[in-house]
Amino acid sequence: MPTVSMTVNGKQMSGDVESRTLLAQFIRETLDLTGTHIGCDTSQCGACVVHVNGDSVKSCTMLALEADGADVTTIEGLAQDGDDLHPMQEAFRDNHGLQCGFCTPGMVMSAIDLVKTNPNPSEHEIREWLEGNICRCTGYHNIVKSIAAGAAAMRGEKAAAE
Amino acid sequence: MSATGIGAAVKRKEDFRFLTGRGNYTDDINQPGQTYAYILRSPHAHAKINGINTDAAKAAKGVLAVFTGEDMAGVGGIPCGWGVNNKDGSPMNEPPHPALAIGKVRHVGDQVAVVVAESYAKAKDAAELIEVDYTELPAVAHMEAALAAGAPLVHDDAAPGNLCYDWELGDEAEVDAEFKNAAHVVSIDLTNNRLVPNAMEPRAAIGDYNKGTGEYTLYTTSQNPHVIRLLMGAFVLQIPEHKLRVVAPDVGGGFGSKIYHYAEEAIVTWAAGKVRRPIKWVAERSESFLSDAHGRDHISHADLAIDADGKFLGLKVYTKANMGAYLSTFSTCVPTYLYATLLAGVYTTPKIYANVKAIFTNTVPVDAYRGAGRPEATYLLERLVSKAARQLGMDQVDIRRKNFIPADAFPYQTPVALQYDSGDYEATLKKAMELADWNGFPARKAEAAGRGKLRGIGISTYLEACGIAPSAVVGSLGARAGLFESANVRVHPTGSVTIYTGSHSHGQGHETTFAQLVSETLGIPIDNVTIDHGDTNRIAFGMGTYGSRSLAVGGEAIMKALGKVVDKASKIAAHLMEASPEDVEFKDGKFTVAGTDKEVDFGTVALTAYVPHNYPHETLEPGLEENAFYDPMNFTYPGGCHICEVEIDPDTGVTQVINMTAVDDVGRVINPMIVEGQIHGGLAQGIGQALLESCEYDESGQLISGSYMDYCMPRADNFPGFQATTESTLCAHNSLGVKGCGEVGAIGSPPAVINAVLDALADLGVEDISMPATPQKIWQAIQSASVPAAAE
Repeated sequence: MPTVSMTVNGKQMSGDVESRTLLAQFIRETLDLTGTHIGCDTSQCGACVVHVNGDSVKSCTMLALEADGADVTTIEGLAQDGDDLHPMQEAFRDNHGLQCGFCTPGMVMSAIDLVKTNPNPSEHEIREWLEGNICRCTGYHNIVKSIAAGAAAMRGEKAAAE
Repeated sequence: MSATGIGAAVKRKEDFRFLTGRGNYTDDINQPGQTYAYILRSPHAHAKINGINTDAAKAAKGVLAVFTGEDMAGVGGIPCGWGVNNKDGSPMNEPPHPALAIGKVRHVGDQVAVVVAESYAKAKDAAELIEVDYTELPAVAHMEAALAAGAPLVHDDAAPGNLCYDWELGDEAEVDAEFKNAAHVVSIDLTNNRLVPNAMEPRAAIGDYNKGTGEYTLYTTSQNPHVIRLLMGAFVLQIPEHKLRVVAPDVGGGFGSKIYHYAEEAIVTWAAGKVRRPIKWVAERSESFLSDAHGRDHISHADLAIDADGKFLGLKVYTKANMGAYLSTFSTCVPTYLYATLLAGVYTTPKIYANVKAIFTNTVPVDAYRGAGRPEATYLLERLVSKAARQLGMDQVDIRRKNFIPADAFPYQTPVALQYDSGDYEATLKKAMELADWNGFPARKAEAAGRGKLRGIGISTYLEACGIAPSAVVGSLGARAGLFESANVRVHPTGSVTIYTGSHSHGQGHETTFAQLVSETLGIPIDNVTIDHGDTNRIAFGMGTYGSRSLAVGGEAIMKALGKVVDKASKIAAHLMEASPEDVEFKDGKFTVAGTDKEVDFGTVALTAYVPHNYPHETLEPGLEENAFYDPMNFTYPGGCHICEVEIDPDTGVTQVINMTAVDDVGRVINPMIVEGQIHGGLAQGIGQALLESCEYDESGQLISGSYMDYCMPRADNFPGFQATTESTLCAHNSLGVKGCGEVGAIGSPPAVINAVLDALADLGVEDISMPATPQKIWQAIQSASVPAAAE
């Protein structure tokens, strides 16, 4: 079995994989980073979104071997030193942007990438961006609100009051 | 109101672990020595199994075992939890449901064999080596086909005519008499579209067998681990409760689909005992489509008799309900006791008759999905009432107001068994009309017309019965289990508290809402409270979470146990303060003696209970821990008004939801943030049913909407922001006054959406559109309506 190496959440990681092993499987099963979830088998749901070299990627759409040498950030990498949440994570908590929590890691990782490219997204732009992330619990209402608040916090503004 | 007590929008305690990727879902759990199961499923809707050759699969590298139905033949079938009787009093047809198919497969996805291997990939590869010799049989994929003369039989002699039951409620002749007096009769034919629940976490199960103790453990994605322990232990595998632990850890959504005992749970538990190693099974999403119980799937005809003044006189409803190929746990009660009993809705209709035929087809079993029977009843009633308004030339709101059960009429006995305890339908209607600016609609319609768009507004005034359920009542109706809830309050020596609840949270936020009950009652900080759930070894018993029952039943059990804690703690405090227990008052976490300055805090009393050096041993045992079981007196009856406004592009048929307003009476609100979130989610599923989602089978029984590429899951850009709020009356028969909020959004909204679509198309003469109202259907309706002959 080939060996694959990558930087994951700032640490050098490597492991043996089958050539068919997906990046999502490598992250969950080999690295035991189970915050990245798998919710479908057609690359639709977005529960497995991670950052690869800074861009959001559905980790079920990449083979682990394709990520050899890459810099990968998973949900566990956002608030590594204990209890300080990333502003986007904080915004999801403040705005009740999650219920069962299963789609949440993908939503947060995707949202951070949106704000990287569009620091002040409109509600319409947020809803369009989330086309690749499915949530069954929230009706998206509070996710959209969370991302707007998270974007404001990432811009250094205080989230607008209700 | 304290910052963490009843009524406060407390941020959720569970969010930190979910937001940081530290949740603990079933697939995140791995056991030492774990193996993996792949389940081989039937590719045919209906076929005879002539033989299964597993030799090559068993010989494949890394394979530990392959089992088929013959290997599991001594194991009990998957049981149904609710018996329904036919009109003539005879019991329903209840054909066996083997965990692995024996002799025949009855739907695409039916379990045929299980491969256990060192890795999932090896198990899946080996399954391709299994040779199943099938003889394909003609299939019945839809109810019409199943009921046709000479139709193929899903269960042969065990269900003649593919009929599970032919049930009725009410006296048909009595209702017919009302129709003779009617000035108007309005009739409707409707299909309630079949849906796939699609919780985002696919189902998963890990079976484990302890060779040292003979104990089995099942980790599973369940809404009710104790129910699974009962059903699987007692009926399927014959493992007594003290040797079987069922754990439902973090669960990624349920919506009903994770209530039921599924074959895979029994298969991995049983097989773990055979291979003597833990076995993990995780559904791929395609498997979820083929094996999670589906929802809805009714075909109905209804007639409403109305007097000259617009008052409803009588209602007759004839419904066919699809059961799928086997009876899932609660499948039989959904179209009967959760459906027909709701047909009075919020109206004073004095006479109602319902007849329901439950039909077997060669499809995945159908069971409760968010709302379960109540969305079907509400859709039928609210479409019918809106159609009646149009037919009689009455206003949509006036016809409803004229027939509302008035706010001073409670308790109100309906003709369909239920007794409503409280409600104020005018109050929720009025608030919703204000929020939705109902009266401003004509101007918005005119403005949209100027842009070439068809704008419509639709309303639904609804009610549902939840807080499931009073055990004596449901027992008399065929439920094979009581539907109470248990709670244990353990006060620790330093005054912190752990609550062990039989309710199960899979997104509802129990760890916060229940902790608010404790913080309010005991006057302690919410951070000193932990809510524990989901493990049959830690929690005495439980019936789980469904039917919007967690707070109204599980929360009441907690309140009852907390009451016992306060009683005992008051006695300990009386002893410490050398006062009579009757003189002790407890408020904001402090025990005081009336008329004195004596005071002890809750923490001191807790410590005294566990360090009983100065303790009233003659009257009290040490320790501070209490259990309670709570069985509700009645169902609870949330209700309200949903108003939807849509704009249709006549060139494309695309419907845009412009505004969705929901004003719901959910009883007392413990955490408004969580309640609104629950309503939002329900609305999305309701709008999804109305406009987007449909589970489709072709005539041969192949599922043609079996992935997220084919089944239209609602996305963020399908919705506007929602206007969701509450306008509550209190439940009259529980201590908190709570009713339930988990399902209201999905129950009230589908007819509001379709009524809006039909309102938008009314000027074109379009009178009916089926769910989901896709752009294609709407475009076709517009094209047909534009033909002069069709445009009246």
